[in-house]
Amino acid sequence: MTSEVSGPSVDTVESLMKEAETLKIKLEEERQKLNDVTLASVAERLEIINYMNIKPRRTLKGHQAKVLCSDWSPDKRHIVSSSQDGKMIIWDAYTTNKEHAVTMPTTWVMACAYAPSGNLVACGGLDNKVTVYPLSLDEDVTLRKKTVGTHTSYMSCCIFPNSDQQILTGSGDSTCALWDVESGQLLQSFHGHSADVMTIDLAPSETGNTFVSGSCDKLVLIWDMRSGHCVQSFEGHESDVNSVKFHPSGDAVATGSDDSTCRLFDLRADKEVATYSKESIIFGVNSVDFSVSGRLLFSGYNDYTVNVWDTLKCVRVCLLYGHENRVSCLQVSPDGTALSTGSWDSTLRVWA
Amino acid sequence: MVVLRCMERCTKQQDQGGLHASRSTDMVTMNSDKVSAKRKPEIIGCAGGSKDDPPFLPLSTSNSSEESPNHLLYKKMEKIVEKMQDETIGVPVRTVKSFMTKIPSVFTGSDLIMWMIKNLDVEDQAEALHLAHLMAAHGYFFPIDDHMLTVKNDGTFYRFQTPYFWPSNCWEPENTDYAVYLCKRTMQNKTRLELADYEAENLARLQKMFSRKWEFIFMQAEAQSKVDKKRDKLERKVLDSQERAFWDVHRPMPGCVNTTEIDIKKACQINKPIHGVKLVPKLSPSSTELGIKLVENLKKQVGLMRIRLDRRNIKVSKVAEACIAYFEQYLEYDSFFVAPEFANPWISDNPELWEQEKLAKDISARRVKRWAFGLQELLQDPIGREHFIKFLDKEFSGENLKFWEAVQKLKALPQSAVQDKVQEIWAEFMASDASCPINVDSRSCEVTKKNMENPDRWTFDYAAAHVYQLMKSDSYSRYLRSEMYKEFLNGSKKKTSVKGIRSIVSFSARKETIT
Repeated sequence: MTSEVSGPSVDTVESLMKEAETLKIKLEEERQKLNDVTLASVAERLEIINYMNIKPRRTLKGHQAKVLCSDWSPDKRHIVSSSQDGKMIIWDAYTTNKEHAVTMPTTWVMACAYAPSGNLVACGGLDNKVTVYPLSLDEDVTLRKKTVGTHTSYMSCCIFPNSDQQILTGSGDSTCALWDVESGQLLQSFHGHSADVMTIDLAPSETGNTFVSGSCDKLVLIWDMRSGHCVQSFEGHESDVNSVKFHPSGDAVATGSDDSTCRLFDLRADKEVATYSKESIIFGVNSVDFSVSGRLLFSGYNDYTVNVWDTLKCVRVCLLYGHENRVSCLQVSPDGTALSTGSWDSTLRVWA
Repeated sequence: MVVLRCMERCTKQQDQGGLHASRSTDMVTMNSDKVSAKRKPEIIGCAGGSKDDPPFLPLSTSNSSEESPNHLLYKKMEKIVEKMQDETIGVPVRTVKSFMTKIPSVFTGSDLIMWMIKNLDVEDQAEALHLAHLMAAHGYFFPIDDHMLTVKNDGTFYRFQTPYFWPSNCWEPENTDYAVYLCKRTMQNKTRLELADYEAENLARLQKMFSRKWEFIFMQAEAQSKVDKKRDKLERKVLDSQERAFWDVHRPMPGCVNTTEIDIKKACQINKPIHGVKLVPKLSPSSTELGIKLVENLKKQVGLMRIRLDRRNIKVSKVAEACIAYFEQYLEYDSFFVAPEFANPWISDNPELWEQEKLAKDISARRVKRWAFGLQELLQDPIGREHFIKFLDKEFSGENLKFWEAVQKLKALPQSAVQDKVQEIWAEFMASDASCPINVDSRSCEVTKKNMENPDRWTFDYAAAHVYQLMKSDSYSRYLRSEMYKEFLNGSKKKTSVKGIRSIVSFSARKETIT
């Protein structure tokens, strides 16, 4: 195979392409064999969810422009949110009080995240950087801010992987990266996507060594944090993948895309096992998250609504109206008692 | 319209004349992101076309404006609108005669909503109204005399927008166009064309901004107005309203959503001069380097697919059973189905639930039950973990957990502290003279020894995984069978039995108890 040094001939390219093509067909055949039943047909034996009493319980007002991202604190009641007005706000969502309002060096703060200790938040966006802010009530939080990492394009998402000392980021430069918070050292970078990375999520397994990413190349990739290698990939979406989230069991991931569908990809089956869509839903999905039991999938759409899906029966359970512009982010609280949503209407809401 | 287009080209050049002009542009649009997030399809065109065109682009990276998220949506909306405009099965459009005048080509809100309920798979009237509102906000149809683009389910009249003005035509109208339009409206002495307050304010601002070329704008407006006047009366009525609706989309009334905005991330992506250039292999005989890259890429692809073929995968039936089993096990803990032991703080405005969780006494049976779901569940609960350690101490087998936790801590350390901790763990658990030796198989031992040559935060991962499995199958299962766990489970508060686990169907009961 390595005998050719003078550059490949057209033949090798053609034969390789042919081989790829046949393998693709074979792979599809193998996958079809696994399709013995549909998820929905097995779930028929479950009772229908016929009543959901989810109502808006809190409205967080204070941002002057679109809310772009939010994250729950591990204490189950605080929320960090970032907005296009260049502000990051720490809320006590329970009382709806603002505890900190931090002005960023850049507008367009696309991503923010709480550290597992709850004492630190990270954020970034069009500045291509990820910056951490230690939270303290005594002094100005901007005094001790620290830039940890820099991408070559905007930073679209960030997450602390089970430690305050590291941060995992996704970027418009189509890579993901793991950074050491203290030194700013790049611990690992993850190459494999061919377009902007929009979203990442950490596997809920006890070791937490894997994570998933979604990208504008329409792919969903599973990564090993130790080696930096992509270990699994899922295709199927017809447009940008805007959101990925692990099923609480860690065995599957749900995705939301601009093709206005949500999907469920199973890691053990190595394939898509469900699509959540409706003809009347024509807007893109920005954000998805599961309820504690994995039965419900909440998804925020560009049509200002949140659709609640029954993941097993593959039908919509209900629609949550309230926001007056696109729902840009959404997350179930750590103890599963509430759902937070952020919107381009500049508010955040808590539903329960 | 042709006049407007070519004049516009001239004014565009003038626009770029100074920083001042562009800054005030922001002011008038009142929408700074629209400016920065402007789609620039022509840039993409240049990058693709100016250099020798690449022979092929992988599908996933070709992202013309046609494929942009907004366009995806426009296509879907247009499909619906075309169906609505079908002469036989569409929404009934008519010309209404009232006392002295005729209102051409309109339909009522209630007809529209009825059609949508009948023809689209919307659940109820609320969903139909919501979708109708969104389509109106995108300008596909509009109320004939209201700047607010929304739909009411009543006898209000609506009209379809002409395809020429559909947002899919990549409209990014300039402020000069807007100025010409507003200026034109002031020339036509008709009440229906009178400027709304906000429009008058916009016009004043534009006049200030374009003071130097106002004469020019005025001339254009006059020319257009003349053309308009020659049109048939009914035709004019329709065209005037369509033009107004166009501007209601692109310069919405204060308080209305501007639907033409693009997500900043998507805008960044589109503005890139073809992203992933490195990854787009060019297959041209002149560049062998790129050819090699292509072959490498293909080889990689083939390799990956081979690995995928070798994977042992489970069937969908197995996946379904696993998902259902998980749901059934965790149903009790899902607040959206079963109320927590203490009222949900968000609903009851009582934070008791969170306060109780922090206290170490009165652990509910339901919480203790969860420890039996898996070792991870047990270790995640601080009280569970403590209890398990007590059990291990009694068994004199605490070293496995200690090792596993040390390895988890190592992974979470700052990079600067990793080396010391690695040595520490090695000395404590794995060295020949370890103070707290663990029992691992020879394979783990070998792997770890090899890792120690180049130690990092993952050095003990292999051994830790082995130890974890050992704990799971050995001490953990013994713990679950132990009197110690059973006693704890029985001694814990039996609050569950009082509240009961409700099946999903009895939500109405839950509603009554809570609200």
